[in-house]
Amino acid sequence: MSDKPVLSFKFRLRHPGFELALAHDMALAGITALFGHSGSGKTTALRVLAGLEKGADGWVSYDGEPWQTPAHENVFVPPHARAIGYVFQDARLFPHLSVKGNLDFAAKRASLRDNGTDFETVVGRLDLEELLTRRPDSLSGGERQRVAVARALLTKPRLMLMDEPMSALDSRRKAEILPYIAKLPEAFGVPVIYVTHSVDEVASLADTMIVLSKGRKVADGPVADTLARIDLGPTTGRFEAGVVLEATISSHDVEYHLTSLDIAGTKFTLPLINASPGTNVRLRVRARDVTLATEKPVSTSSRNIMEGHVVEIIEEPDTPFAETLVEIPGGRLRARITRRSTAELGLKPGTKVFAQVKSTSLTGGAIIER
Amino acid sequence: MTDAGPIILTLGLAAVTTVVLLLLGTPLAWWLAHTRSRAKPIIEAVTALPLVLPPTVLGFYLLLLFSPNSPLGGFWLTVTGSTLAFSFIGLVIASTIYSLPFMVQPLQTAFEAVGRAPLEAAATLGATPRDAFFSVATPMALRGFLTACVLTFAHTVGEFGVVLMVGGNIPGRTKVISIAVYEHVETLNYAEAHVLAGGLLVFSFVVLVTVYALNRKAPINVG
Repeated sequence: MSDKPVLSFKFRLRHPGFELALAHDMALAGITALFGHSGSGKTTALRVLAGLEKGADGWVSYDGEPWQTPAHENVFVPPHARAIGYVFQDARLFPHLSVKGNLDFAAKRASLRDNGTDFETVVGRLDLEELLTRRPDSLSGGERQRVAVARALLTKPRLMLMDEPMSALDSRRKAEILPYIAKLPEAFGVPVIYVTHSVDEVASLADTMIVLSKGRKVADGPVADTLARIDLGPTTGRFEAGVVLEATISSHDVEYHLTSLDIAGTKFTLPLINASPGTNVRLRVRARDVTLATEKPVSTSSRNIMEGHVVEIIEEPDTPFAETLVEIPGGRLRARITRRSTAELGLKPGTKVFAQVKSTSLTGGAIIER
Repeated sequence: MTDAGPIILTLGLAAVTTVVLLLLGTPLAWWLAHTRSRAKPIIEAVTALPLVLPPTVLGFYLLLLFSPNSPLGGFWLTVTGSTLAFSFIGLVIASTIYSLPFMVQPLQTAFEAVGRAPLEAAATLGATPRDAFFSVATPMALRGFLTACVLTFAHTVGEFGVVLMVGGNIPGRTKVISIAVYEHVETLNYAEAHVLAGGLLVFSFVVLVTVYALNRKAPINVG
């Protein structure tokens, strides 16, 4: 697509004890994660894009349309006139209306733009047929968010803004709603900006990410590259740190309950997953699940051994750990090992290593169908 | 029935006052619920004044305001040819001020309970602020509206001091139930006083039961 809509913004917003100052230009496609810890300003940034923060001063424009200019130029398109869909963290369904009433509320006020987002399609896509007559207070958290997503879609948005829609859900509910969100851009032709503090969600859903910290942008780029950046450790979180690898399912071993993946020629084995061979998946490998060896390990229980070389080592002072970035065919791995190991193995940039990943670490949210 | 006049007059006065206060009190309550202005405590205090002032004080100032020598009273006299004091319109103005907190406070509480969140959601769904007020805030605050109207109506029915000060005791114009009861007692006509007083007692009790029942019922669903 050559006509990707461009979102550009440059604004400043002061709250007591906090200042958010962001500038960014990007052509939107798929899902863009706005990532950061609580207090990083990511939700506030999303609210500025929606026009919900009146105190922001600066520019916001989308697809060539100015939504906001600095105060003296006096352009401010109010939220109701912006072609956005907004999904709040707490769903914010109207308690006085049924599920259908909530959906109708949006559909009735939708812009006249016809993008094929009709009522039945949305209800069908999000499996809401059974829920239409229910009241919001009788829905589970996951159901509520599905209704909220459908309601936002029915406004026929040109841009979907989602504020941690899964943060209030337990992991089972998350797994239930994740596929719906992942398919939004393709199914409804609408780019998504997705606010989250979860590396898992970024790795599962997003194609591009912007990293915020203390009200500033500290990094942006494709998810795989950005998550592999060791220098962002404090922001992306050490325990959750890791990389994302693109892979294809090559075969299943039913007897041993295993699935084989192909990552740029390297075979990777993990517990059986429910998808047919040929399916493209995304694999999230955490730094803490990767070990390194300088000689090819023999007689090891680990299924997944990949040859590569060290690109970068960052020792963390005052801790036992060192973060090591290893180039492998088809991507990069991050390994969190002890500083003593790096010394004893004599690791330095360029050293040839064998990286091992435990199969059992690659379960559940680590594999995402694309 | 010699006493039908005061009853009809009282109900009429209460109904008109409730409608007027609904129109004036709703925007005021909305503003109080959402403003960040520093003037808010002052406006809240002014709104609550009728709760604490003796009706005679309020009536005294209103009487001065209604006098043909004051700008308002003078203006009214030149336009309508009659005075505001001792008239039905004068009673409506007095009751509106006297019952103001009974409309504004329940509404303000209800609007605060609705909060900004549903209004923001409505805005992102394409609703203008006006649209969001009528389609989201009003139905969500419906119980507040009912409570406010019932209390305002009942409080107006029960007023005495202010009416006595600015309305006097003119049959068909300003002689409301409470004044009639007073007059009956003064003239030792206890039988008539009993009818009106007992009626008012039952009415007030029923109203209060209604309000408390409304307050504990499950949320009102309108869709």
